[in-house]
Amino acid sequence: MAPPREPLIFHASRPGRGATDQWPREPGGAISIPEGLLRSRPPALPEVSELDAVRHFTRLSQLNFSVDTHFYPLGSCTMKYNPKACNALAMLPAFLARHPLAPESRGQGVLACLHELQGMLGEVTGMQAVALGPMAGAQGEFAGVAMILAHHRARGEFARREIIVPEAAHGTNPATARLCGAVVREIPVGADGDVDLEALRAAVGAGTAGIMLTNPSTLGVFERRILQVAEIVHAAGGLLYYDGANLNAIVGRVRPADMGFDVVHVNLHKTFSTPHGGGGPGAGAIGVAETLAPYLPIPIVGREGERYRWLTERDLPLSIGRLSAFMGNVGVLLRAYVYMRLLGREGLSRVAEHAALNANYLLARLVRAGFEAAYPGRRASHELIVTLRREAREQRVTAMDFAKRLLDYGMHAPTTYFPLLVPECLLIEPTETESKETLDAFVAAMVSIEREAREDPERVRRAPHTLPVRRLDDVRAAKRLDLAWTPDGRTADPPR
Amino acid sequence: MAFIPHTAADVEAMLAVIGARSIEQLFEEIPPDLRSRPLAGIPQALNEMEITRLMSRRAATDRVALSFLGAGAYEHHIPAAVWALATRGEFYSSYTPYQAEASQGTLQATYEFQSMIASLTGMQVANASLYDGASALAEALLMAARIRRRPESRRVLVPRAVHPHYRAVARCITSHQGLRLEEVAYDAATGRTLVEALEPYDGEDLAAVAIQQPNFFGVLEDVDGLAEWAGRRGIPLVAIVNPISLALLRPPGEWLAGADVVVGEGQPLGIPLSSGGPYLGFMATRLEHVRQMPGRIAGRTLDLAGDEGFTLTLQAREQHIRRDRATSNICTNQGLMVTAATVYLSLMGPQGLRRVAESCHVRAGELVSALTGIPGVRAAFTGPRFHEAVLQLDRPVEPVLAALERRDILGGLDLAADYPELGHALLVCATETKTRSDIEDFAAALGAVLEARTAA
Repeated sequence: MAPPREPLIFHASRPGRGATDQWPREPGGAISIPEGLLRSRPPALPEVSELDAVRHFTRLSQLNFSVDTHFYPLGSCTMKYNPKACNALAMLPAFLARHPLAPESRGQGVLACLHELQGMLGEVTGMQAVALGPMAGAQGEFAGVAMILAHHRARGEFARREIIVPEAAHGTNPATARLCGAVVREIPVGADGDVDLEALRAAVGAGTAGIMLTNPSTLGVFERRILQVAEIVHAAGGLLYYDGANLNAIVGRVRPADMGFDVVHVNLHKTFSTPHGGGGPGAGAIGVAETLAPYLPIPIVGREGERYRWLTERDLPLSIGRLSAFMGNVGVLLRAYVYMRLLGREGLSRVAEHAALNANYLLARLVRAGFEAAYPGRRASHELIVTLRREAREQRVTAMDFAKRLLDYGMHAPTTYFPLLVPECLLIEPTETESKETLDAFVAAMVSIEREAREDPERVRRAPHTLPVRRLDDVRAAKRLDLAWTPDGRTADPPR
Repeated sequence: MAFIPHTAADVEAMLAVIGARSIEQLFEEIPPDLRSRPLAGIPQALNEMEITRLMSRRAATDRVALSFLGAGAYEHHIPAAVWALATRGEFYSSYTPYQAEASQGTLQATYEFQSMIASLTGMQVANASLYDGASALAEALLMAARIRRRPESRRVLVPRAVHPHYRAVARCITSHQGLRLEEVAYDAATGRTLVEALEPYDGEDLAAVAIQQPNFFGVLEDVDGLAEWAGRRGIPLVAIVNPISLALLRPPGEWLAGADVVVGEGQPLGIPLSSGGPYLGFMATRLEHVRQMPGRIAGRTLDLAGDEGFTLTLQAREQHIRRDRATSNICTNQGLMVTAATVYLSLMGPQGLRRVAESCHVRAGELVSALTGIPGVRAAFTGPRFHEAVLQLDRPVEPVLAALERRDILGGLDLAADYPELGHALLVCATETKTRSDIEDFAAALGAVLEARTAA
């Protein structure tokens, strides 16, 4: 049933073979490079025919679960359907062929799309200005925190170096704050899933630069006292950063600016459906309130009359600077642009509605089936958390075991063990593009695994059983490092 | 609409299970005055036929020209198989392989990529990508500073001959960690960074030295001399390389004293120019430094049955585990570009890649000969080249480029803003995509433009 494993491409290599039709002709000229700078041994690349390569990578692809092939309810990642048109239209030959330093006169088409995208993202977030350069959410976060710090410095408030982060935050938040040179201050979350306001009041002060929040939070619930949070932080002189990882829950319904946020990043690969690519590329566009606009990272697309042009440091002398060699992940931005135009005003307002409908339906059905909601009595946002602590205690079957067994049922696992403060958790995000039938099948799988956990727990603990590989030994992977194939067969094992 | 499959009956049945009267009720925890903002600024929906028409029209306005632009983004032949494979839904609509057993395709491709990059650069290990070459340099400098193990060492030497945008990105990102980039001058005659230019820093406390090979001017640096200078002083060396050139050039792992961290832009490996992205930052290092490396890493391990498989490893370096003690904040990387580059390198192999590198080099030499044969055009530097060169004109470059553009030729990059000391300087590039007749056309057009302007 499972597709067979595929040998490493290096094993198919035969000296003298090659996809020769892809190679340029002999250049017919001399190499004028000093001998001492030349390579003596060729790199260990495979020598295979085109068909060898096509079969190899096609077979590799078949070893993956993906949105196109499987339900993929990976919480906090918004694995919705990626419309084919977005991909096809971003890959029109003229868009692909355009050099990043080509004159603006030969880029008015792409610049028009980017300029309109800036405007649409401003509309959705309620922010005054948008920059599209950041190449992933984490880079958007970097830009946001750097701008907050620049703002305080410009006002002479050099002591404001603390970034407050709720304990449930994505790991990128504290990592980003630290990268920006800020001091991270974690605050607890109450039993109801909302930020502990008393702890927040105690945390803010003359050292507060700002707070980083995801709303709805990573706990799958809306932060109900967000306006009070904003008031407390603003009163203390800090700014609010909105981590847009969960924007799909509120897009078209609530704008981060209205909640009091000063800066937001939007993961275009989540809410605006650009493909996740097996780990990227994404895009982390950033939007800001007027006060922060001068600090936006360059470049930005500006418009003068009917002409579009790049804005650079000459236009934005206070910019925090440049985050990519050229203009970030333009191809990803084009996909998001096409997606937003396809959905339009009406479609965008339906996204959050149906994402919430699917999440709450799944929560209701799972609770009815006997699973424990992490935050009972709360509405789910676009995702939900169940805790399998009872199953772990009684059957010694963990959230990881459930996750691996779900793979046997033909579904990608939800996010496991995040957020860290919910024991044995599954963070489940169905997205709006999944049908009721798919959600019902997921519930049926969970119920079936629960039964297996009682009747044959070993079967669950040793899952998966039907995939190309059995459960992999992560501990061994980290202890006996094998990170690269080498021709002499010696794997890269540390000498120590 | 919106790719939502729900029928009215579905919605009704689902609300009944939830126990809600309406979808609106699902948003009841949101304060009422925050809810239901209109999206007045978002246009009405287009259907696929309409958006196809719009995008096709816009693509057509971005007219393709005969281009001699390089400067960090290079036009190469991309085999059709590369994107036919990379855009398979199984690759492009999956995510970071957190569930290794359900992601063996992505993980194995990543492991193969790491192996190829390690071999190309002459290093032992590579990661599963960073965003682009410039941000990879920033990460490399931060990593080098960690390797240095001297928290007070904050100064890094970055030659002025390193890509200006790379230096700008590195400054933007690393300044928050207190790193200070200090510019090392290049030799005006050769375009190289001379070892003598490093001598003033002898005995100074440095966190890292960076070298770009070939440098921004297309000139080949005396990498052994520079690397040895850093190595002898125990200063970590960061190499910035073009992966295509490594089919021909000695890799940083084999430079005298060897590099500690190697980074570069993987775009030349089968990734379209696409106005600047998405591209592919790569990073390789020595095994001893692997725990200081940022980004995802795939490793080979065994499964329950004792058979080989692949998984993400050394995750204790990363933000989702280590949070504010992580080696970087990077999470999502450039995964699909890794797949594309791995297919490209498999199709090229060692011989094909070498042929590409040789063609680039030979064509660029012919380009320089053809253009410097025109009165008023001379080569700026005497140092050996890979596939780019700086030319100096007898007049400002900008109007000349504009005149060439009207003839459907993109004649290179004007260096006036970044290198005013070079006068009327123009950076040109030729890759294997340029034929001799393309080069003749460019030379004829440039000659005509210069002559017309001289006459005027």
